[in-house]
Amino acid sequence: MATMTAEPSGIPVREEHHPQPFIRKYIFSTDHKIIGIQFLFTTLFFLMIGGLLAVMLRFQLGFPGEAMPGGSILPETMAPGGIILPEFYISLVTMHGTFMVFFAIMPLLVGVYANYLIPIEIGTHDMAFPRLNMISFWLFLISGLMMLSSFWVVGGASRSGWTQYAPLSANPDASGVFTGQILWCLSIAVFGFSSLLGSINYITTIVNQRAQGMTWFRLPLVIWALFITAILGLLAVPVLTAAVIMLLFDQTIGTTFFLPGGGGQPLLWQHLFWFFGHPEVYILILPAMGFVSEIISNGSRKPIFGYKSMVFAIMAIAFLGFIVWGHHMFQSGMNPRLGMSFMVTTLIIAVPSAIKVFNWMATMWGGAIKFTTPMLFAVGFVMLFTIGGLSGIFMAANPVDIYIHDTYFIVAHIHYVLFGGSLFAIFGAIYFWFPKMFGRMINETAGKIHFALTFILFNLVFFPMHGLGMEGMMRRIYDTSRYTHLSDVQDTNTMISIAAFGLFASGLYFGVLFFWSLFKGKPAPDNPWEANTLEWTLPSPPKHGNWEQLPTVYHGPYEYSHPDMDRDWLLQNERPDIVSPAHEVTIRKGEA
Amino acid sequence: MSTHGAEAVQFEQTSFNVYDKKLGMWVFLASEVMFFTGLIGSYIILRWGASESWPAPGEVLNIGVTAGNTFLLICSSVAMVKAFAAIEEGDQKHLKLWLLATIVMGASFVGVQAYEYTHLIHEGFLPSSGLYGSTFYAMTGFHGFHVTMGVLCMIWVLGKAMRGHYTQENHQGVETIGLYWHFVDLVWIILFTIVYLI
Amino acid sequence: MDWSLPLNISTQGVQIDNLFWLIFWLTAVAFVLVEVGVLWFLWRYRAREGHRARYTHGHLGAEIVWTAVPALTMIFLGIYSGRIWAGIKSPDSFPKDALTINVTAKQFEWNVTYPGADHVLGNDDDFTIRNRFEIPAHQPVVVNLESEDVIHSFFIPELRVKQDAVPGKVIPIWFEATQAGDFQIACAELCGLGHYSMRASVVIHEPEDYERWYNEQTGAAQTAAAD
Repeated sequence: MATMTAEPSGIPVREEHHPQPFIRKYIFSTDHKIIGIQFLFTTLFFLMIGGLLAVMLRFQLGFPGEAMPGGSILPETMAPGGIILPEFYISLVTMHGTFMVFFAIMPLLVGVYANYLIPIEIGTHDMAFPRLNMISFWLFLISGLMMLSSFWVVGGASRSGWTQYAPLSANPDASGVFTGQILWCLSIAVFGFSSLLGSINYITTIVNQRAQGMTWFRLPLVIWALFITAILGLLAVPVLTAAVIMLLFDQTIGTTFFLPGGGGQPLLWQHLFWFFGHPEVYILILPAMGFVSEIISNGSRKPIFGYKSMVFAIMAIAFLGFIVWGHHMFQSGMNPRLGMSFMVTTLIIAVPSAIKVFNWMATMWGGAIKFTTPMLFAVGFVMLFTIGGLSGIFMAANPVDIYIHDTYFIVAHIHYVLFGGSLFAIFGAIYFWFPKMFGRMINETAGKIHFALTFILFNLVFFPMHGLGMEGMMRRIYDTSRYTHLSDVQDTNTMISIAAFGLFASGLYFGVLFFWSLFKGKPAPDNPWEANTLEWTLPSPPKHGNWEQLPTVYHGPYEYSHPDMDRDWLLQNERPDIVSPAHEVTIRKGEA
Repeated sequence: MSTHGAEAVQFEQTSFNVYDKKLGMWVFLASEVMFFTGLIGSYIILRWGASESWPAPGEVLNIGVTAGNTFLLICSSVAMVKAFAAIEEGDQKHLKLWLLATIVMGASFVGVQAYEYTHLIHEGFLPSSGLYGSTFYAMTGFHGFHVTMGVLCMIWVLGKAMRGHYTQENHQGVETIGLYWHFVDLVWIILFTIVYLI
Repeated sequence: MDWSLPLNISTQGVQIDNLFWLIFWLTAVAFVLVEVGVLWFLWRYRAREGHRARYTHGHLGAEIVWTAVPALTMIFLGIYSGRIWAGIKSPDSFPKDALTINVTAKQFEWNVTYPGADHVLGNDDDFTIRNRFEIPAHQPVVVNLESEDVIHSFFIPELRVKQDAVPGKVIPIWFEATQAGDFQIACAELCGLGHYSMRASVVIHEPEDYERWYNEQTGAAQTAAAD
């Protein structure tokens, strides 16, 4: 199929679909674009939940033992008189992590954008398995609601941290949670299914359904990122599913996989969880890096610097990501020799990430940078992800990790990469593809205000946490007053909490802006950002089935500012009669 | 390759010349490998790290009956191969016969496993019977669940075959379910060896 | 809060802090390079009238440089960290005649077992004190860490010591304090409801004072045993 002799116009017209009823079109849709939008609304809701949980836990840390405004609506078992109990605090911490990782960031990156972008960027009508795709969304929604419901059962939500270390997580007497823990495990198992169906779709579609001329090295970097991410998910999530089922069995039917009383091994849980967990964090960053590549190249009006290196860096990060998991376990009692080898692999994985940062900077160098909202978020990503990546080096050095493990230094690192990194890129992506998705623009000034608020408040919340970690403030503690070495951190914690409330408010501001723009945003043209990838050749929003005739691709997606052209962009299906370097095709008049 | 019927010829860049359903199944099986690796890997770590001694082969489990059951499952894979070969020749009758044979043998495998379980439980060997019980029931239980799902899908495929859905030119569904079935058989051979024989 | 590490009163701790600050300066250089670079590029290469972006796809030489420099830095850090790690964790580096104490963590307290008058652990004259960890300065100490229920973590910030206590395992660690004083053990692994309050007193004595304290304790223990 790689060489065609027929003319592109020989592609027959796709059959017309009869009009569909509302339910089939918008609720039980198999259209990848609708599914992507369903994911978007659902995940923004879960993002808000995750943020709300953070606001509550920050209230306790900032104003320990005080009654939270509005807290009296919470039941006595959680916060009598509005004062958060220690057990509820740990649930908040656990569920904040759980919701953010599984139900907000991961699906925002993958569920939304893999679904929305893959077919329209590779040039096909829909995913390979549209009905499986629909099932994937509904399973996701069900798993999220299951997780949410665990707050309302007897005993409340899980209290073992999002990392669920056994035996605490496996033993209801130790944690105080039974039903809520079962729900956690079942929810994650259902989530795993949803993720699996998605991965199968993304991989099959990208391998088999690229348009004519869309060779591997003409794919946009975001598609490479989503492709490799899908493979990561395919291979890592099933291990979590197995682990979570074993955990469930330990709690309910008397098995002892992780319970030493029955011969089991607590460390086995950690190995299984982190064997999943480390590739998981690369699932959480690679698509974000893909968004950033698209936006920075477009915003700088320049080809991405070092396209092939960027592809190989994605592959290197993914591969290495499978052999670093033990760096979460340096102090766990794992054999110290293993600790040495994991330290080595962890330091190595810093290199491909560094390459990507330098390549983004080199893309901006010599550019003609437009300060649009997506561009601001993408550049913000580069600045903040860099900080997160650099803080990771402290942890990789295992002697230093002896001190900073399980302190707020780690919390700072996590949030710089997941929020300053992933979420900033997600915001950039939302602003960038909103016009295509909804046919409307988000007001630039309003978006820039969102960016400024988020950037400033984010740093006020999370940068000081490096210092708290240096002082030795441990994670997941309800109250710092019991420790002499933490006698002077309260003021900092209070300041962080106030900034965190502001950060949440700026998120709500974004929510209002998002919904307002859905109805009142300026109508969007097909290609508002003057970008090159195939989706910008379609109307905003595209029709069901995307194309009547599938496009043909002639060159890569980063042909900005070509010296022989007047305008500074060139869509992938446009045929300039020019000679272009390296991986581009040589086009002369009349050649297909 | 086309998602809109055989008549729309799409010009696409494909890399492996493997049609969607088959590629999707291979990809799915890769995830299944990881799932069983999680379970089997845990078994290996727990067993060889266990301070208590592990029961000898045959002490608790019935090797003879299970060996017979293993043979049955392998035969069902042979039946599956013959079903696929039949439709490659356009032989509708033998497609249906061999699919039916596969289903009967697969269902019998599950039946024998279920019988074994009731027997063991009656003897007091439960998931809560230490690590041996935990790992035995987790691994064989999930395998049995996968076989059951396979049988149900196979019945659905047989239903389509009865309605004449498959032709010599187009029988992707048969090949795809066949792949799954062989995988499930392969996992069992590994499990039988490391759980029953070693 | 101040941006510093706590008082460092341990021999291992000095090496850990040195490595911390080495990494700090290396990452500070990278930080300035990237952040200033980004801000500078944003200003210098902003879109303006008559200015068109360059059409380049890459530069092999530049990419080699910025791959090699981080890689070499990581190799250097790996070797340096590995030496320190081996010096702390390798069984060969454990001091031969250290004072050995058992610490058993449980929800939500630390039970410290001392070897008794015969200075040998594991027989009848051992005595256990709840939530008080008393050791001498200037002498290597080995702690055998255990847990009765869930995973806890034995963390003494000033000694730069942290080790998870895992039920079903006995995990040895060693350290040597360089000065006397009063400190705390903090639990550093989520262990349930009382995790935030799972602390114990750490009293580090000058060696002579430790002798005296120890004899008092063994005397008291013998008296208690005799009753």
